[in-house]
Amino acid sequence: MTTSAGPLQQRAEVLSLKRVGAYHHLTLVAPGVAERFRPGQFAALAVGGPESALLLRRSFSIYRVRDSGTYGGTVEIIFAVTGKGTAWLADLVPHDVVDVVAPLGRPFALPKEAVSCALVAGGYGSAPMFALSGRLLDRGCAVHMVLGASTESRLFGALEARRSAQSVIVTTEDGSVGIKGRVTEVLPEVLERTGSAVVYACGPMGMLAAVAQVAETHGAWSQCAVEEAMACGVGVCMTCVLPVIGEDGRTRMVRSCVEGPVFRGDRVRWSDVGTVPEGTLGAPSGGWPQ
Amino acid sequence: MSATTWSGQVPAALEEVDLRVDLAGMRLKNPVMTASGCAAAGRELDSFFDVTDIGAVVTKSVMLDPRSGNPTPRMAETPSGMLNSIGLQGPGIDSFLATDLPWLVSRKARAVVSIAGSSLGEYAELARRVGNSPGVSAVEVNISCPNVHNRGLVFACDPYQAAKVMAAVRRDVPRDVPVFAKLSADVTDLVTVAESVMAAGATGLAMINTLLGLSIDPVTLRPVLGGVTGGLSGPAIRPVALRCVWQVHQAMPDVPIIGIGGIRTGLDALEFMLAGASAVQVGTIIFHDPSAPIRIVTELRAELAARGVTSPSQVVGLAHTPTADSLAATDLEGLRSP
Repeated sequence: MTTSAGPLQQRAEVLSLKRVGAYHHLTLVAPGVAERFRPGQFAALAVGGPESALLLRRSFSIYRVRDSGTYGGTVEIIFAVTGKGTAWLADLVPHDVVDVVAPLGRPFALPKEAVSCALVAGGYGSAPMFALSGRLLDRGCAVHMVLGASTESRLFGALEARRSAQSVIVTTEDGSVGIKGRVTEVLPEVLERTGSAVVYACGPMGMLAAVAQVAETHGAWSQCAVEEAMACGVGVCMTCVLPVIGEDGRTRMVRSCVEGPVFRGDRVRWSDVGTVPEGTLGAPSGGWPQ
Repeated sequence: MSATTWSGQVPAALEEVDLRVDLAGMRLKNPVMTASGCAAAGRELDSFFDVTDIGAVVTKSVMLDPRSGNPTPRMAETPSGMLNSIGLQGPGIDSFLATDLPWLVSRKARAVVSIAGSSLGEYAELARRVGNSPGVSAVEVNISCPNVHNRGLVFACDPYQAAKVMAAVRRDVPRDVPVFAKLSADVTDLVTVAESVMAAGATGLAMINTLLGLSIDPVTLRPVLGGVTGGLSGPAIRPVALRCVWQVHQAMPDVPIIGIGGIRTGLDALEFMLAGASAVQVGTIIFHDPSAPIRIVTELRAELAARGVTSPSQVVGLAHTPTADSLAATDLEGLRSP
């Protein structure tokens, strides 16, 4: 039965929808989510209304939650229009209703001690980093952010980062703002300068793989929030799997919705994502595809 | 809706509707079950509704050994549906019996266990182990998964092979545990397959499994799915599924049928029952709405009440008979169009 720790499904009213650069910032009235939320968790939204022909839920990192105020509890997400479902979301207006399930997934693990942390994000992968930063600062951790994007309009939260971290470095691939290049090019220097013990990352798979590698090289733990395509977001469809090495050293195809979306960077077999590597529990001999 | 005029029937009060059904000797609280592969082993959905409030939880097909499943991408959204190519990922029977089944039993949920083998011997061993496990209400035999490595192993496409599997399973499952054969609509003559598995000892039929489909990515110009082809499910396949239930019920009116395929609402569930299903399974719509099974129970009650029907058993196969006229609305106002 429903427990106070589990996700809530509700028909949530749209409070606001704003453009932020290349992205959209959606605020939904969803009482009860804030009390359950931990940074790194996500929300799964049904799109297209009650008779929708688009059946699969769209999952987004939770950007922010509020537990009360004028409108009751709210949950906020950032999204980019990438297809029909997100185009429908981008056309919402206040008072429209969206079926939302949240909060879902395993959150970022927080350090027990007040250590220095590097928070690395690509594009709107920065969305979950501000709530995370808040929790880390509360614990006395130092927070250093590295935000990257292809171009300035695809950065999210660069200004907010200045209020959320001891230091911020921005990179863009076209050099439109900040350092020209990628987050992974500046990350080694950041880790050396700050002595960060933990690297938190959210963004495209390629970036996560590179960040996990840099963290490993510098002897830091990494916590990576993955973006795998999900159909349900609640653990029943088995579509969002990726190869992850377990405590026992065995690789398994695990669901990024319930066993993730946050994984230890050194546990994910990044270069094998999209395959079933040889030796995976239950894999045909030689792995798949061969 | 209560104001609607009916010929020969007056609407019933919601509490007058008794949703309990007898499905091949199984007493179910109501005729709504989860479809295999869409509810894992029930636990995840228990956050959204009480899994003991639906007819039964049908677990994801379990195989003898752990199985990794197919590479990703494993799904593609299609109009009113989806393609999946999971490839029967699962923990294997040992882990299932040690962890998943005991949870359902301790929750006092009705557990229908779906099994899938890659050989006759595997089906028989699974049947033996599942059939003798306490708390198993029924066994569903998945002979129609389209996502296995060797498509030649889709037993349900061959009446002879399908019958051999059913006979092997039936032999090893205690007599008092019903065995349902899950059939594929990707066959030329479904009735022949249905007759053959019934003759081989099946207690009833679950139909249909997903239909084999393909989707191509407009950017890569290659098939979207890692497994190339996938199983199509969701409301897109509902008319096909309904046709299958209709044809098989017409040929074998006494055979218990579980209707499956794109059920989204209580009205959809009613349609399947009118076509001849004694119970239904809800699948892909769970991905859209994790509380869909319990919502559909509520909606089905309302649909029956609106038609003056107090038990689901009264409508099973009714669309085949002239009796249906007495339940048909003379005044369509207030009726939702299908």
